[in-house]
Amino acid sequence: MRYSRTKGYIIEIVLLFTILLSFQTMDVQAQRFPKPEFESGHVQPDTQIALPRSDILEYFDVFVLIVALSVVSWLVLKKRSRRGVFWVSIFSILYFGFYREGCVCSVGSLQNIALALFNPGYKIPLTVIAFFVIPLIFSLFFGRVFCAGVCPLGAIQDIFAWKPMQMKSWLQKLLGLIPYIYFGLAILYAATSTDFIICRYDPFIGIYRLDADFLMFLLGGIFLLTSIFIARPYCRFFCPYGVLLNLFSRVSKNHMTITPSKCIQCKLCENSCPFGAIEEPNMVKIKEPRKNTVRRFLVFTAIIPALIIVGVYVGSQFHQNLAMVHPKVRLAQNIMDLKNNPEIQEDSEYIEPLEIEAFRSAGKSDQQLFTEAKEIIGDFHTGGMILGGFLGLVFGLTLASLSVFKYRTDYEPNKGECFSCARCMDYCPIEEKVGSSE
Amino acid sequence: MLIKMDSKSSNNKTSRRDFINKSLRISAGITLGGLGIFLAKDASSEDLVWQLDPKKCIQCGRCVTNCVLTPSAVKCVHVFDMCGYCDLCGGFFKPGTKKLTTAAENQLCPTAAIQRKFIEDPFFEYQIDEDLCIGCGKCVAGCGAFGNGSLQLQVQHDLCVNCNECAIARHCPAEAFSRVPASNNSLFKGFSGHEI
Repeated sequence: MRYSRTKGYIIEIVLLFTILLSFQTMDVQAQRFPKPEFESGHVQPDTQIALPRSDILEYFDVFVLIVALSVVSWLVLKKRSRRGVFWVSIFSILYFGFYREGCVCSVGSLQNIALALFNPGYKIPLTVIAFFVIPLIFSLFFGRVFCAGVCPLGAIQDIFAWKPMQMKSWLQKLLGLIPYIYFGLAILYAATSTDFIICRYDPFIGIYRLDADFLMFLLGGIFLLTSIFIARPYCRFFCPYGVLLNLFSRVSKNHMTITPSKCIQCKLCENSCPFGAIEEPNMVKIKEPRKNTVRRFLVFTAIIPALIIVGVYVGSQFHQNLAMVHPKVRLAQNIMDLKNNPEIQEDSEYIEPLEIEAFRSAGKSDQQLFTEAKEIIGDFHTGGMILGGFLGLVFGLTLASLSVFKYRTDYEPNKGECFSCARCMDYCPIEEKVGSSE
Repeated sequence: MLIKMDSKSSNNKTSRRDFINKSLRISAGITLGGLGIFLAKDASSEDLVWQLDPKKCIQCGRCVTNCVLTPSAVKCVHVFDMCGYCDLCGGFFKPGTKKLTTAAENQLCPTAAIQRKFIEDPFFEYQIDEDLCIGCGKCVAGCGAFGNGSLQLQVQHDLCVNCNECAIARHCPAEAFSRVPASNNSLFKGFSGHEI
């Protein structure tokens, strides 16, 4: 009894002391040891915090992006100069790459957009919106000029394309489906505020930063070595932002052409494209019988919805695996395991994970965590179904596009896949302004 | 005759294709513009930077190895306003140190980044050499346990490359990392910070 009363007094005194202290030093919290008053006239130094990069510079980056895109558009469409595009690539590697260290790039901004759309707590900076929207607007007007020489990730692979090989077109189509999967996963993980997987597995940022962990350097090295033989492997078979650029570029207003005036079918440009984006003339003289086309149409109207349904089903089956990437879900799983098997803790080799330690010290209840984790898993259920359905649609449409033949008289770039790098132009023997003098 | 028909039908085809292209282009443009404006309404005009909240930090030491930079952009910052200028500093000395000297075996900091300077009896001043600090948080834990908690971990924005997603944030067990506005870029525990 006596003991507890004295303890109570002490607490009271301490409390009084703290209140007094807090009045004395407005913004400094209660301290165990009061701030000294120096007799020797010593002046206490200021706490220094370094300032981040100025906002004006962030807006300057947007300005540089617009200028670079305009210059490439002019070089590709008007000047028709591969050399010019090459020098812009070098500039992008130096500025967006080594100087800006590749962050925030348009490719990664996709995730910021998804996060901002689904998570109202995240206030997306205007500059990031600009980095996302501007290259897409340019691709609506001029094709994928962003890929040609502005994107630092593309530019570094482009200058490594020394001995490009032609790829079998079926393989190219098949690998070309990976970006859609990557795109869907990136949006799913960004929208559920789990992770930015594009940034996490960005292969070149470590090179630009001249500092990275082993996995990053390994990825970057593999991609650069591959790009000697298979030109721009990341852009063609992984880039998730390329999915959008591809779709937008297909309907672009002005796209670069191989020949400045009229194609004479000399076939000189046939193998000039390192990316396999040149389409050969396809002069189908005999029309397909109507019966065949109708049957094909019916088959695809059955196959595509079937693929979507399969996708939705598969997505809903795998939603828990997808959700395990989320740290909160993983933590809930760990705590649940501990509750079910408390004997794990008694093992002498058991070390409590830091996550659990941090969670305990934050003072939230297990139940709260479980409800939150359940909600996240619910989001992944919906997201997984949408992702599956989307992929089913993409696979179905790709399958359908394989059986459609477009009537084409000339060698033309595939507007979706062409990076507007302007290499093929050098192979065209037609001089400019011939025939355009009329 | 055949040639004539061919050219006619292909003309038709191109004009139809042009029309579809044009309408798709316009609708894509409208969607993109709409998305941009919708997001811009709620956007922040200034950049966001990563910062560590010392209130949540448990000094686990992951900041040392998980930053994309070596050494980490997370450093210990000394909030002098909170410091008691103790002789027996919990952030400087290893627990159980016999003699309060700056001998290496007495120092808690693995890189000897804290400099101890005698001011006047009985006060000592502690300054952090940022070039040596690796952001392990050992001193932060020591000062928090025995002292005023004036040593705190912070992301130094002149070093931080401001990755789109902070690699330390991904590995932080306490979810102490968050995006803060660039103009208000420091978070302290028990201290509101100075205007610089």
